[in-house]
Amino acid sequence: MTRFLWVALISGVLFGVGLAMSGMTDPQRVLGFLDIFGDFDPTLLFVLGGAVAVTAIAFRFVLRRPAPVFADRFQISHLRGVDRQLLGGAALFGIGWGIAGYCPGPALAGLGVLSREALWFVPAMVAGALIHRAVTRV
Amino acid sequence: MSGWMTALAGGMLIGAAATVLLLFNGRIAGVSGMVNGVLLPRRGDVAWRVLFLLGLVAGGGIYLSLVPGAYTPRAGFPVPALVVAGLLVGFGTRMGNGCTSGHGVCGLGRLSLRSLAAVLTFMATAIATTFLIRHVWS
Repeated sequence: MTRFLWVALISGVLFGVGLAMSGMTDPQRVLGFLDIFGDFDPTLLFVLGGAVAVTAIAFRFVLRRPAPVFADRFQISHLRGVDRQLLGGAALFGIGWGIAGYCPGPALAGLGVLSREALWFVPAMVAGALIHRAVTRV
Repeated sequence: MSGWMTALAGGMLIGAAATVLLLFNGRIAGVSGMVNGVLLPRRGDVAWRVLFLLGLVAGGGIYLSLVPGAYTPRAGFPVPALVVAGLLVGFGTRMGNGCTSGHGVCGLGRLSLRSLAAVLTFMATAIATTFLIRHVWS
C-alpha cells in the first residue's frame, strides 16, 4: 500500500476515534445540543470549537506549502459565492440532522458497533445521495 | 475526564485528523464528499476514500466498544424517522457539497465564506427542526 493510502487510513481512524470520544456519535447528546430553547447541552460546542481551533491554525501553515507531502497539489474547492444549491442543500441536511441527530461521520462510526440506528440511517443516506444524483442528471 | 474535556479532546483529534489528510495528501476531510466520491467514482480516486471511511468506521467502532459508557444506544427511536432523516442528509449534503466535517471542520478552518454560510444554514434548520419536534409537535 502506498504512503498516500496509509495516510488516508490513519487519518480516518483518528477522525473516527475523535468523533466517538467527542460524543458526536451519541444522537441524544446531539439533539440536546440542538435544543437551545429547551434542555440545552452545550458540551458539543467544545467539539466544533476544538476541531476548528486546530484546523484554523494548522491549515494556514499547511496551505503555505507549495504542495502536500505525498501528492502534487492541494485539491480544494474553488467554488465561490453563496448560491441556492449551497443554501438549499445545507437547509435540507440540517432538517435531517435535527430529526435523528446524525450527520454523516457519526452515522458511519455507528456502523463500527453495528448500531441498529446506523444500519437504517446509512443506507437511507446513500439512497438520498443517489436520488440527488438521479434528479440532477437530466 | 468530564464531558467537556472529552468533547474538546475529541474535537481537537478530529481537527488533527483533517490536518494530517491535508498536509500529506492535499485532500479535504469531508465525510459526505468521500461517500459521494465512492458512489460516483472517478478513476484512481476511490481507494483513498474507501480507506479513510473504513478507518473512520473502525476507529469509531473500537472506541465505542472499548471505552466504558461511550456507546449508549437510544431505544425506541422510530425507524421511519431514521429513514427520512437519512434521505434528507444524503440528498442535502450532496446538493450543498458538504456536511459538518467538510463545511464545518475544514471549511471554517480555511475561512471559507461559502462554508460559513452553509454552517449557519444547517445549524439554523437543525435547531428549528429540533424545536418543532420537541416543543411544538410533542
